[in-house]
Order: sequence, then C-alpha cells, then structure tokens
Amino acid sequence: MIIYFLVLILFSVGVYGLLSQKNLLKLIISLSIMESAVNLFLICAGYRQEAEAPIMSLGQSLEVFVGHSVDPFPQAMVITAIVIGLGVLALLITIALRLYHRYGTFDITEIRRLKG
Amino acid sequence: MKELIPYLVIIPLFAGLLIPVLARLERRLSGLIGNLGILAALVISGLLFGESGEYLVGGWSAPIGIVLRVDMLSVLLLWLIGVVGICSGIYSVKYMERYTGSGSYWGLFLLMIAGMNGVVVSGDLFNLYIFLEIASIASYALVGFKGEAEELEASFKYAVLSSVGSLFFLLGIGVLYLAYGTVNMGQLAGRLSEEAGAVNLKHFGVVLLISGVSLKSALVPFHSWLADAHPSAPAPVSAMLSGVLIKAIGIYVLVRVVFNIYGFNRSLSYLLLALGALSMVGGVLLAIGQWDYKRLLAYHSISQIGYVIIGIGLGTPLGIMGGIYHLINHGIFKGLLFLSAGAVEYSAGTRDLREMGGLSQRLPVTSGASLIGSLSISGIPPFNGFFSKLIIIFACIEARYYGVAIAAVIVSILTLASFMKVLRYGFYGRLNERFEGLREAPFSMRVAMLVLIILCLGMSVLILPLLREMVLVEAEKVLSQGIGLLAMGL
Amino acid sequence: MSLIVKTIARWVVGFIFLYGIYTMVYGHLTPGGGFAGGVILACAYILIMLAYGRGFAFRNLDWRIARALDSVGGILFLTLGVLGMILLMDDGAFFFVNFIQRSLPGEPFHLFNAGTIPIGNLVIGIKVMGAVFVGFALLSMVRVYEFRGERVFESREEEE
Repeated sequence: MIIYFLVLILFSVGVYGLLSQKNLLKLIISLSIMESAVNLFLICAGYRQEAEAPIMSLGQSLEVFVGHSVDPFPQAMVITAIVIGLGVLALLITIALRLYHRYGTFDITEIRRLKG
Repeated sequence: MKELIPYLVIIPLFAGLLIPVLARLERRLSGLIGNLGILAALVISGLLFGESGEYLVGGWSAPIGIVLRVDMLSVLLLWLIGVVGICSGIYSVKYMERYTGSGSYWGLFLLMIAGMNGVVVSGDLFNLYIFLEIASIASYALVGFKGEAEELEASFKYAVLSSVGSLFFLLGIGVLYLAYGTVNMGQLAGRLSEEAGAVNLKHFGVVLLISGVSLKSALVPFHSWLADAHPSAPAPVSAMLSGVLIKAIGIYVLVRVVFNIYGFNRSLSYLLLALGALSMVGGVLLAIGQWDYKRLLAYHSISQIGYVIIGIGLGTPLGIMGGIYHLINHGIFKGLLFLSAGAVEYSAGTRDLREMGGLSQRLPVTSGASLIGSLSISGIPPFNGFFSKLIIIFACIEARYYGVAIAAVIVSILTLASFMKVLRYGFYGRLNERFEGLREAPFSMRVAMLVLIILCLGMSVLILPLLREMVLVEAEKVLSQGIGLLAMGL
Repeated sequence: MSLIVKTIARWVVGFIFLYGIYTMVYGHLTPGGGFAGGVILACAYILIMLAYGRGFAFRNLDWRIARALDSVGGILFLTLGVLGMILLMDDGAFFFVNFIQRSLPGEPFHLFNAGTIPIGNLVIGIKVMGAVFVGFALLSMVRVYEFRGERVFESREEEE
C-alpha cells in the first residue's frame, strides 16, 4: 500500500519539476521522471505476494506456474510505454536543439514569441 | 464485413511506412500513395456502415487478446476522419510543394490517420492508449514541420502538455487495472457496475482518465496549447488537428470512458456542463480580439468544443444526439475554414486580418469557402451548424438548464460578430494595392475546398427523419444505453 | 578517445553484438525480445561511434542504410501480420494470427517454437536498431555554436 504512495510522490516530484524549472532540458528530464513513475506504478499493480517472475522453467507444470508468478500483463504494458516514452523523448530533444539554434537560449522565459 | 476492421489501421500504416522509402526515388509518388492510403481507409469505413460487433486480433478472446469493436459512433467518427483526411490530403499535394521533406510529411500524416483510426475502433483501454500516442507523436512532429522559430516553440509546448495528458491517462489505466484486474472495456464496464472492487479507486481512476483526455481535447482550463499550435502548423495539418484530432482522440475517448465504462450520473453531468460552458464562453471571448486569422479559428474551435461537451453533458437523448451531430459538423466546417486560411496564406502570404483586404475580388473560391464556413459556424440556416446548435439549445431547454441555453445563444451571436469581422476586414471591402496581381489557389486546393463546401450543405440532410433514424439516433443509442451495451459483449 | 578506451571497445563490441542477437533470437524463451535486443545492437554501434569517431562508424553502417532498415522492418512486420490472414482461408484467419504455430507446432523450450513470434522479434530488433542508431547519428551530426556574434547551425556528415 505504501509503495503506491511512494510512486505517486515520485510522480509529484516530476510535476513539481515541470512547473518550476526554466531550462528546457530540465523540463524534459522532469517529463522523463513522471514517465518512469507511471511505469513503476504499472509494474507494482501486477504484484502478487510471495511470487516469482513469470518465466516458466523446465519441468514446471502449468498450474504451478500460473499460481506462483506475478501478473505478466502489466509488464507487457510497461514495455510498450517505455518505447512510447523513448519516441517522445527523442522528438523533444531534437526540438530543444533546434530551439537553441533559433533563440540562442534554453530558457523558457525568453522563448516567448507567440503571445495573445 | 467485420474482417475489414483491421485494414483501417493496416493500410494507412503500410502506406505511411512505405512512403519515406519511395520518396527518395521519386518525389511526386509520396502524395499519390498517401492519398490512396487515406482513400482506402475512407472506403472501408463506408463499407462498415451499419455494422456492430467485435474483431478478435490474433484469434485470442477477451481478457488475453486485443479486441477491436465497431458501432455506429465509431463508424461516424471513422467517416469524419476519412473525409477531412482525404480533403486535407488532396490539399497538401500542392501546399507542401514549397517545403522539402515531403516523404517525412506524408509518412507522419498517414501515421496520424492510422493512429486516429486505431483509437476509434479500439475496444481495449490500453490499445486505445497506444494508438492515442501514435497519433499524438505524429502530430507533435507535424505541428513543428516548417522548422521556423515560432513553429518549434509551439510544437514544444504542445508536446510537453500533451505528454502530460497522456501520462495522466496511463496512470488512470494503471489505477483501474489495480482495482479491477482488466483493461478490456466490456469487462471493465461489467466489473465497475457490479462494484466488485474498491470504490475509491474507481473514482480516482476515472478522474485521472478524464483529466488526461481533457488536456488532449483542449477544454478551457487546459486549452493553452491550441492557440499556439494552430497558426504554426501547415494548413492541412491545422485542419486535421482542429477538425479531427481533438475530436477523435479527445472527445471520443472522453465519451467512451464516461458513458460506456463508468456510467453516467449527476455529478459527471455537472462536471461536463461546467467544462463545456466555460469552454464555450471563454473561447469566444478570447477570439473576439484576435487579428491573426488562424489564431482566431483556434479559439473558435475551443468554443465549439464547448457546445459539444454541453450537448453530451446533458445526458438526455436529444442532447447527446445534438452533441454528436455538432461534433461531425464542426469537423467539416472547421476543416473548411482552416483550408481556406491556408489558401489565403499560400496566395497572399499573410495571415493578419489587418493586412488582408478585399480578397474576394481576386480569390473567389477561397472567399466563398470562408464565407460558407463562417455561415456554418455561426449557425445560419440552411447550413449544418444551424441544425446542430438548434438541437443542443432545445436539449438545454428541455433539461431546464435555461442559463446554459441563453449562454449558448449569446455565444452564437458573438461567434457571428467575430466572423463578420473576419469577412469584412479580410475578404470584402477595398482591395489592398499589393494584392493586385494575386492568383487563385491551385486546382487541387480548390477541389478540396469545394468538396467540403458541398458537405457543409449536405450534412444538413441528416436532420431529416429517415436519415436521422439511421445515423444519428443509432450513434446516440450507443452512448445512452450506457454500460449495458459493452458489458453484454456486443 | 584514449588508447585504453579504443582497445577495450575493440575487444568488447563483438560480445555486445552477440549478446544483442542472443536477446533477440531467444526472445520467446528468456526475457528480452525484439525491442531490448534491438537497443543492445544499436548500443554496439554507438560504442564504436564514441570510441573511434563518426566517420569510422558510418563506414561500418551508413545512417541512410539504417534509416531504410527502419522503414523496411516496419513493412515486414505488417506483412507478417497480414500473411496469416491471407494464407489461412478458413475461420481462424485473424490479424496477427500465429499461422506457423497452427501448422508446424514446436515443443516448448525449443528454439523453433512459437510460430511467428521469433520472426516478429527479429524484424522488430532490426527496426529498433535502425531507429536508435539513426536518432543518435543525427544528433551527433549537428552542432550549434556562436561564430562572430551569429549563431550557426552546422550539419556535418564527414569527420574522422
């Protein structure tokens, strides 16, 4: 129970970083922290007490395997979510690099040409 | 016919992956293959009309496998994506000739269409999240496509805000999985209605889902990215973004989660009405002072989405029907308006209303498109906007929310005033001297705008009783039957 | 890079590459699979790029070829999904159905076991390797610096 609260605190750290930081790269890092927190939450959601990783070993019967392993579905979800996060991260870093070229700074308080 | 459902995703995805490879050999091939891909998706969505059912991917059934479902609401949205997509596609053949990298553009465009199709047919919350992210990431890259300073700034803001929305959505999926052990929409609906798990987690999960999706559909506290993203994107991308993307991945997901999974009750009705009224009024008030044409259109998008949310938030059959009808109509006339704004930018090189003047003498088709789009969005009969707004206002009065109805009428009048300003400053009036030698937009762009103009008139026929029964009432029944339809495995 | 880094990189990169292929091929038996194997393969090329420079790495694997591998991998994966629908003409023809498993089933814990899953792992591994390598290569080819008061965005492809 307490582990979910810890993961949500990590998520809040990421949100705090997103709200308070002014450097573009630190915003990207905060977003990455938030994404790691959500992935952790998903994996913790699949935990079962006194269970092992869902890899079947030789000679194990199916009933023993199913009764004795954690839920593998959140692990599949997390692999997909990690890949999606990688794609977004690559895109954001490229945009940040080109923003540095156009504006000369990584500071978001100065990158403000669009108003109104 | 149900075997055709996965082709809605396969064909645009295949075309989108094929185009960057072929575009290096022959540049003009990319537009052709792209348009063929979108046309195939539109044809398949037309063939799926009237279908209702499930498709099991890989032959694995519900809790283990991914399930794709169609019903009338999905078919309507697929048709909207296809129509606005093909018009934007034909339009972008000529529009994107001024920019390099057309292979990447068409690849991303088709990936966005494949993602949106996937969101609409998905029957599983996590599958919906995956396709939502595919469409969103493609749109982040498309918004910043032109590569100038302002486009990159808008794209960065949009990407960060929208990623935060997606993370909230994923957290909501995690919480619901923790409580109920499944992400399949039908099973989740069944278990939620039986109160089989922890009730507090149910509210927490659904609130997370709703807040994540509200960021994507630009409702008023979460609307700040829309006004920056629209002027910066290329015009066909703006038409897709405002006309289809915030609906297919924003409002459609909201509606599915609220009606078919969670079950509609009074507190959700108040929440949706509040968000809708705020968006409606806030959007139009922010739009009145704008002089940039595309920024003005972006703020009006927020306002019209407010109408849709009010219609859906009422919960009565008439309200839901009005909301869905306005959703489709808004896709069409907002797409038309953005395409005409792009044509003005292509021909005259400016978006500022104070610099444009009297353009109707030189650009007849573009001015006609803006005129008809403006009449539709302001709610003038016989165009389609009038009928859908009428249904929403009637539904408000029927549900005895008189304040909301009066606000809707006032916002409609303010919308009319705003577009009268656009037409007077931009298109009619004295011709500015520097536009003497202006030529009309190329043929393909005119064709795309003409198709949407005809549809603006044509969609009004959905109000006639026979077509209304077949199309709109079926779509609304999907939502108002609530949990029952999904939990029965239909 | 110093001599120590270059020597160790030269010795180790073969093992990293082999480990990446092992993770990909045994993806249906042990943890890993297509995505993780692809990332490890890309890391082998990135190690070469860090130790020996961009030109040397591009002589081993040109980034344009990696970009084409990316698209081709995606198309092959979609074909794998659709092939099941085309080949199986009976009722069991769905998208991504495991048509090899139905006709030639293998025993558990053997390498040629789960039908289309190992083939899917290989294709995804190639695709991910291409994508991660192209991303890293493009970010390394770009430099932004100040030159006489003006910001220059330079994109260099040839470097030793």
